[in-house]
Amino acid sequence: MAWTRDQMCERAALELEDGFYVNLGIGMPTLVANYIPESMTVTFQSENGMLGMGPFPLDNEVDADLINAGKQTITELPESVYFDSATSFAMIRGGHIDLSILGALQVAQNGDLANWMIPGKMVKGMGGAMDLVAGVRRVIVLMDHNAKDGSPKLLKECDLPLTGAGVVNTVITDLGLFEVKGGQLYLSELAPNTSLDEIRDRTEAEFIQ
Amino acid sequence: MSESKKVFSDAKSALDGLLSDGMTILAGGFGLCGIPEHMIVAIRESGVQNLTVASNNCGIDDFGLGLLLQTKQIKKMISSYVGENKLFEEQFLNGDLELEFNPQGTLAERCRAGGAGIPAFYTKTGVGTVISDGKETRDFDGETYLMERALTGDLAIVTAWKGDKAGNLVFRKTARNFNAPMATAGKVCVVEVEQLVEVGEIEPDQIHLPGIYVDRVFEGQSFEKRIERRTIRET
Repeated sequence: MAWTRDQMCERAALELEDGFYVNLGIGMPTLVANYIPESMTVTFQSENGMLGMGPFPLDNEVDADLINAGKQTITELPESVYFDSATSFAMIRGGHIDLSILGALQVAQNGDLANWMIPGKMVKGMGGAMDLVAGVRRVIVLMDHNAKDGSPKLLKECDLPLTGAGVVNTVITDLGLFEVKGGQLYLSELAPNTSLDEIRDRTEAEFIQ
Repeated sequence: MSESKKVFSDAKSALDGLLSDGMTILAGGFGLCGIPEHMIVAIRESGVQNLTVASNNCGIDDFGLGLLLQTKQIKKMISSYVGENKLFEEQFLNGDLELEFNPQGTLAERCRAGGAGIPAFYTKTGVGTVISDGKETRDFDGETYLMERALTGDLAIVTAWKGDKAGNLVFRKTARNFNAPMATAGKVCVVEVEQLVEVGEIEPDQIHLPGIYVDRVFEGQSFEKRIERRTIRET
């Protein structure tokens, strides 16, 4: 058994550092927040205009004016601060956010990322994803190694429309951890009970071990 | 200055004389949070047609900008994320509705630039993607950027928590979102507030948006403030 989803999130959390400002994407990346050591201070940004996101509210704390980028109700913390969308993306585009963890449909060996559009299906839009991958200092993709039909998601080239070109720094899947350096993909860690042969079989991208 | 010149009694009177077919409207809000809910209803009741609306999202089927989809008053949306509503999908797939996707930060900055007299700007966002198709690119310090044009509207409709009779505004929590940049980018800006107060009641240092950007203001009666994804924890 390779990494479970929880273990993937736990592994991703090891990439955080004390004092980091972090933006987590919708879905599995959100769960990374559950694995931060108590000794570490990490501030979460929500691109709709907040730093210092708190947990979901209790039933009697729900406030329609306080939501995250996934439009879920949330709470504030003593250190929270609010700002408008232009200011929010100025801090994203300006490189002030240390790390973003996002999901992906496809990642190419050169760090190209596709996670917003499947041609022929209803396109909902990129939201803030293109801004995040262009501006945040380090981008980690957290995704299943293969699609539901078994097809590889780590590819030589993405065939879906890109969210950003050459923007991914690290990819964590259920089978291992990869890093993109100098336009090449490196396998840095193998998940437990995963063989190199298995990972090669299930990956289209060329990677250096 | 008589500050009360900006004050109107309700959405209908505040929008009187400002609506025309084919106009471009900038609508504040993110999801259903901080949307000008009273003005959306008034625009629906006015029957104005062929609108181009710039808004991060397009409401849901029966609330927010979705109300203007029901009546087919919107010709084109400029948004970063849509499709929370079936009507949108239906009208888009039928070809009844045009859609221009802007990355969320690009949409916000286009409005900020529009309000600040900056006709265009360069950004890394979207370089190497379909967003850069047909747009000028330029290298600065070894990196490629693409040029985005500023966005202005004939009318900006925004929501604030508190406003005074001179139009100085205070927003509340994440309801600030696009309301502030869009308020600056409308040729005319109309604001609905939850509380309308006298000039001087808001500390000058605590004002989020100066009233210079605001042409008309009214106090909305009973905001519904619908919640799109009510998410709670047990303990």
